[in-house]
Amino acid sequence: MKNIFLFIQQYINLISFLILQLLCIVLLSSTSKTHETYFANASNGITGYFNGYYSNFRSYFALKETNRKLAAENTRLRNALSTNFTSPNTAILVKTDTTLKDSVGRYRKFSYLPAEVIGNSYALQNNYLMLERGSDQGIKKGMAVIGPSGIVGVVVETSNNISKVMSLLHRNSKVSAMLKKDNTAGSIEWDGADPSLLILRNISKSTKVLKGDTVLTSTYSANFPSHLMVGTVAAIIVDPATNYYTLKIKTATNFFTLQQVDVISNSRYQEQVQLENSNTNQ
Amino acid sequence: MSSLLKNSIRFVLFILIQVYILNQVPPLHRFVVPYLYFLYILWLPFKMGKLSLLIIACLFGLTLDLFTGTLGLHAAACVMIAYIRPFILSLLLSQETTEQSYTEPSINSMGWAPYSLYATLLTFFHHFYLVLLEWLQFGDFIYFIGKVGATSGISLLLIFLTEMLFNRKAKYRTNK
Repeated sequence: MKNIFLFIQQYINLISFLILQLLCIVLLSSTSKTHETYFANASNGITGYFNGYYSNFRSYFALKETNRKLAAENTRLRNALSTNFTSPNTAILVKTDTTLKDSVGRYRKFSYLPAEVIGNSYALQNNYLMLERGSDQGIKKGMAVIGPSGIVGVVVETSNNISKVMSLLHRNSKVSAMLKKDNTAGSIEWDGADPSLLILRNISKSTKVLKGDTVLTSTYSANFPSHLMVGTVAAIIVDPATNYYTLKIKTATNFFTLQQVDVISNSRYQEQVQLENSNTNQ
Repeated sequence: MSSLLKNSIRFVLFILIQVYILNQVPPLHRFVVPYLYFLYILWLPFKMGKLSLLIIACLFGLTLDLFTGTLGLHAAACVMIAYIRPFILSLLLSQETTEQSYTEPSINSMGWAPYSLYATLLTFFHHFYLVLLEWLQFGDFIYFIGKVGATSGISLLLIFLTEMLFNRKAKYRTNK
């Protein structure tokens, strides 16, 4: 306290000078609008400057709360995204698929069920695709899957809304195929090497095969309809030990960009498979 | 005549002269107003305390402001020169001789050169602060300093005319 008085005593002149100046400026502001505006602006500018810094500084202490709020808001917004509300495709109803007669009176054997690809692999030895359409929407194990430009694979597992497709790029995949020009049948496999090349075995050396020949699905397949595009002959390998060619087939389907596929339902599939697998005692 | 009475008479006279004569002169240039009133502060006695100097200057300025309608403008400038007056005086004078033998600053008590410097400096500071406070900005700085210089020149001319006309006798301090 004593020091304060000493300080005031020592600087009494300076302090009174400043007080009188302040008094003059206050008086000036009260009489002159110009001066009032000017000093009000100046003081607002200064206080605004410090207020800005202060609130900026304070915001650091609120960061945790802000983060929590933002995270909560993100969750809420993500839940509202329209992409969360996709339902499995039911474009063709199971009921119409199972009718044996179509509108022109012929017996329907195959019907096509569109489905969306939601999972796809092509870099492994055994590749699978996942489709957003399952047993509730009419998909059954063993159905064939084709893409816009060629065959894709076979359904191996289904759940209620999802199905799993064994792609042609699978070491156990086996699809009956034939050459378009003379209907020589063979079987399509994959050697696990190049995702764009399949292997067609069991083509007799008596057939005249050229590079670029078209390969289609054969008429012997239970799940694939006949004459669907498989690919074109890319290379002919002559194995001297056997009587058959081994053909490298360039796939018609681009497995890297699959988006929409059709699942093919064969209404007589069960019948055919049952007979094929039955033991003939004779 | 006592110092108090003399300065009270001067107070009234300077205000009246400034308000009713000098402020009525049509401005020489657009903004040049002849100012003489602050000579009152220059003439205040040496012995006056710094604090009372400030308060008297403030009252004097406010009185003029009441007439001109700009409350606080001249008072601020007067307080300003009243505050720096003791510093300039202590720089210009050797304290023992002048302040002890003379009562107030004048040509006779200080000599031509120191008194001219004293008057010039305070005039300049007064006008600088006054114009700055009036305009609240430097604006075109050449113009600003031109106005301060011109006003100071006119004021100095008036101050020296006053000194010539009313040759104040250098009063020695007595013990009375």
